[in-house]
Amino acid sequence: MTLLTILFDGVAYGMLLFVLACGLAVTLGLMNFVNLAHGAFAMAGGYVCAVLVNQAGWPFLAALPLAFLASAAIGAVLERLLYRHLYARSHLDQVLFSVGLVFMSVAAVDYIMGSSRVFMQLPEALQGQIDLFGVGIGRYRLMIIVICGLLTVGLQLTLAKTRFGSRLRAAVDDPRVASGLGINVPQVFALTFAFGCGLAGFGGALSAEILGLDPYFPLKFMIYFLIVVTVGGSSSITGPFLASLLLGIGDVAGKYYLPKLGPFVIYTIMIVILIWRPNGLFGRTAAR
Amino acid sequence: MRIRRRMLIQAACIAVAVAAPMTVAGAQETVKIGLILPMTSGQASTGKQIDNAIKLYIKQNGDTVAGKKIEVILKDDAAVPDNTKRFAQELIVNDKVSVIAGFGITPAALAAAPLATQAKVPEVVMAAGTSIITERSPYIVRTSFTLPQSSTVIGDWAAKNGIKKVVTLTSDYAPGNDALAAFKQHFTAGGGQIVEEVKVPLANPDFAPFLQRAKDSKPDAMFVFVPAGQGGNFMKQFAERGLDKSGIKVIGPGDVMDDDLLNSMGDAAIGVVTAHIYSAAHPSEKNKAFVAAYKKEFGQRPGFMAVGGYDGIHLIYEALKKTGGKADGDSLVAAMKGMAWESPRGPISIDPDTRDIVQNVYIRKVEKVDGELYNVEFDKVDAVKDPGKTKK
Repeated sequence: MTLLTILFDGVAYGMLLFVLACGLAVTLGLMNFVNLAHGAFAMAGGYVCAVLVNQAGWPFLAALPLAFLASAAIGAVLERLLYRHLYARSHLDQVLFSVGLVFMSVAAVDYIMGSSRVFMQLPEALQGQIDLFGVGIGRYRLMIIVICGLLTVGLQLTLAKTRFGSRLRAAVDDPRVASGLGINVPQVFALTFAFGCGLAGFGGALSAEILGLDPYFPLKFMIYFLIVVTVGGSSSITGPFLASLLLGIGDVAGKYYLPKLGPFVIYTIMIVILIWRPNGLFGRTAAR
Repeated sequence: MRIRRRMLIQAACIAVAVAAPMTVAGAQETVKIGLILPMTSGQASTGKQIDNAIKLYIKQNGDTVAGKKIEVILKDDAAVPDNTKRFAQELIVNDKVSVIAGFGITPAALAAAPLATQAKVPEVVMAAGTSIITERSPYIVRTSFTLPQSSTVIGDWAAKNGIKKVVTLTSDYAPGNDALAAFKQHFTAGGGQIVEEVKVPLANPDFAPFLQRAKDSKPDAMFVFVPAGQGGNFMKQFAERGLDKSGIKVIGPGDVMDDDLLNSMGDAAIGVVTAHIYSAAHPSEKNKAFVAAYKKEFGQRPGFMAVGGYDGIHLIYEALKKTGGKADGDSLVAAMKGMAWESPRGPISIDPDTRDIVQNVYIRKVEKVDGELYNVEFDKVDAVKDPGKTKK
């Protein structure tokens, strides 16, 4: 039964990684923009949620959508002001720019919110564990799994089946032809970018309970977002999704069964997969 | 043109001649203290507490001692030892400080040690807690604590109070290993058994697998040491897994239950037993006044780091009084050795042999008092020297 509990924890942890990283999969994977400041948007969402819950007394579940909206709004503003000038620049420029943004966000949050770790006050119903045939199921982790499952399906449908999804893919693959066909490319990019940031913020709010929230959040977890997207490949949402699950379960099981190896398990998985498939699990093989 | 230039040179000479004795006189009137603390980065709460406490002390006791004016120069090293070393050098060479103080983490305190020795400047350690620090320079004096001090006491207490099987969960870095070694030695000597030893990576996002492992080995208690900040996450996940209801106690050195974080941990923390040097709930008059003044000034309660800073500046003040204002390193360190006083945490003294602090270690349990969580003391061991050194 312990095995199942570990599996459950691993899935929940993986789902959490997925929500945090899928926004990056959208901006990095679909828009081909190396946005290392992704974690900063996640942190923004986390703090918005924490302030609403702890100081304004909002219920946690009501604050979650607001975390999404706030981060999306910040993302939209920054996209218009800063990011869009960098779409055509080299990846190195994008990396330097977004890393700078990360350090600025760390300093700003440290100044405004203080450096102490913030804890979210959760409703009673989300605390504790349910015992299901001897398998310990954490309520909060269960909620994460449900929310993330729905989110994945929604995202995949949006990208694959909707008009917006096909416009986005067209705009990414060939902006010139796309705009010739009457697609407003800058608008599509702005919306997508804001949406990716919103997802990050949503993930930040969800993860605060388990990962903790402090001004160093974007630096501490940057590596995890990148691993997910690298292992998953950047052409779809399914890739990062499966990668998150694999890494989450691998990490939790590794730490349980081989605690001495600690954090190495997740890196080992990454290296093995990248040797096997250098473009990630679902990467595009042809260079763009 | 030439005349004007000569006049300028003359004027400059006069100005220098007049100003030079003034600066010398000025240096005699002021005693400068170089305070190096992490005011940003993950350790910032340590720096802020100490800085606050020193400001409070100077406000309460004035900024002149033995006829000298005290000037504190604060530098933010962001807990990076390279910065600490550079600032220590600048402070000693350029600012001519008489004392360097602060030091949020062990590597920072160690980085400054050779400079203290070379320049014969006292280094007052107000936070860092690894045993070896005071052995690295004859000019280091500590007013915080050492991890073995509290970990051995909780080890003895656990063995005597019906705890037989313990799982340890410690962060994998020097202070964590210090705490683990000290606890293990005393707990097993008292007849206890360590059933599982889990070391958690320092940057660890999720405690779930480690907690599950601990739960499966069904111990009586878990010994926990994680850096301040992570303690809250640990307690929340501990409760989430239902370990609080399974009868497994949480014990440890008191860092995990720091007063400035305790309230935000929520009720999961109730019942945790820790051994530590200071609690905001310490029932002495001195402490009540200290907590009230600190709260009034800064809007929150002080933690053990604040007390380390408060006592550190007190030590410098008293040493200056004793030397009659003589501020050279040897006189100051000699004056500090053996000094004893009543601190907000209780009676403390500086061991003349090791220059490390000797203090009571209290056993406390987290309880709800007037709607707030406090570490309520219920037992103590008097005048504990650092066990990391007494062995030798």
